[in-house]
Formats: sequence, structure tokens, C-alpha cells
Amino acid sequence: MLDEFGSQMLSIVLVICFIGIAISIFLLVIRAFIGPSNADRAVAIDTIGANMMAFTGLAAIGLVTDKLNDVVLLIGILLFIGTIATAKFIEKGVIIDRHNH
Amino acid sequence: MKQPNDLILRTTTHLIAFILLGFSIYLFFAGHNAPGGGFIGGLMTSAAFILMYMTYGYDKIKKILPINFRMVAVTGLLVAVLSGLGSFVFQEPFLSHTSGYFEIPLLGEKHLATAMLFDLGVYLVVVGVTLTIILSITTDSGDEFNKDTGVS
Repeated sequence: MLDEFGSQMLSIVLVICFIGIAISIFLLVIRAFIGPSNADRAVAIDTIGANMMAFTGLAAIGLVTDKLNDVVLLIGILLFIGTIATAKFIEKGVIIDRHNH
Repeated sequence: MKQPNDLILRTTTHLIAFILLGFSIYLFFAGHNAPGGGFIGGLMTSAAFILMYMTYGYDKIKKILPINFRMVAVTGLLVAVLSGLGSFVFQEPFLSHTSGYFEIPLLGEKHLATAMLFDLGVYLVVVGVTLTIILSITTDSGDEFNKDTGVS
């Protein structure tokens, strides 16, 4: 009885979460297209990556597998590098400095 | 020019570059029947190198890692082709591979496949090509460009 209720609630919550993240990614894609400045676009694309991480986690729950945990970690690391590159581009104008002076 | 204070980035890069390199080796060896493999392991290694390049600048890392990444890509292609040609020695078709279970000290019984040699070639090609492309794009600008934008 309680197990059945739990699995039903989990599937319903999963669907709601998928729909919420899909709406969020859709709005972020709009922001990335019309963003008035380049910083807006960069932040929007960064946040799309964070939503992708959440999406992968939800897919791991839905498929009842632990193989996707590495994928979540991988997306997180690549997102971290992308965030640093974006921040450095906005701050300094170059991503890899050529001369140290 | 305003010198930004990036002490936190420099300190975390010490730690995170090591974590990234270890994770890339894990991904490389996990890639037979789990997510991973040569491609994504090479991508992770080049992510670690690019993080170091972004933090410390081109010249310093060039001194620390005196590697010509074009040669790395060529070496990887050679390893991949030779792992395919190696099957001719045993009178088998091109690129056929085999596997077996071996007892390794400290690690226990492991499943080793000769497809890992091909994966090593893929790993080296991905590291070489990714870093060659990114470094040649980002270090493209000459001095006159830097003078125009005030970035130098």
C-alpha cells in the first residue's frame, strides 16, 4: 500500500520536475537569443548547463540506474570551466593571456 | 592595466586540476561497459590543461608542459592504426580485438581488453586536437590587436 503510493508519487513528481525544467530551459533559450548584452547570453547559456545537470539527475532517478552519476559530474566540471572562461572574458577581454606583464 | 585579483581561482586550480586529471583517468578505464572511454577521458584531460592555461597564462604553462600537442595527436593516430594492424599478426581481420581476465596485484581480477589500446589512441588524438585548436584560436591575436583594444 505504502510502497505503491510512494512509487506513484515519485513518478508524478518526476513528470512535474521534467516539465518545470523544460519550461526553464525554454525561457533560457529565449533569453540567450534576445539577450540585450553578451553577458546576458553568457549567463543564460551557463544556466542552461545547470538545468541540463538537473535533467540528467532526474533521468537517473527515472531509469533507476547509477551509471549517469559520472555524467552529472562531467557536466558540472565542464560548466565550471565555461563559467570561469565567461567571467574572465567579461573581466579581461582575453581568456588565455599571452604575455605576463 | 588593471590587474584583477584572482587569488581564489589560483588556489582552487591547484586542487581542481589534480581532481580533473584523476577523474579523466578513471573515465578512460571505466569506458568498457560504463559511461566513459577514450574520447571523454581525453576531453577531461584537455579541460584540466585549459583550466591551467586560463589561470596562469600561456607562457608559464608552456614552460611547465613543454609538449607539442600536434605531435600528441599524430602519436595517437599512429597508436590507433597500429592497434588495428596488430590483429594481422594473429591472422585475424583488421581491428578485431580480444579480451581476458587477469590477476593484477593490489587490484584483484580485472577484465582487460585489447580495445583499450585503440582507446588510448583515441585519447591522445582528442587531447592533441582539442588543445591545438583552442590554443591556436586563443593565442591568435598579435600585438597590434592588443594595442587596439587596450588589452595586453
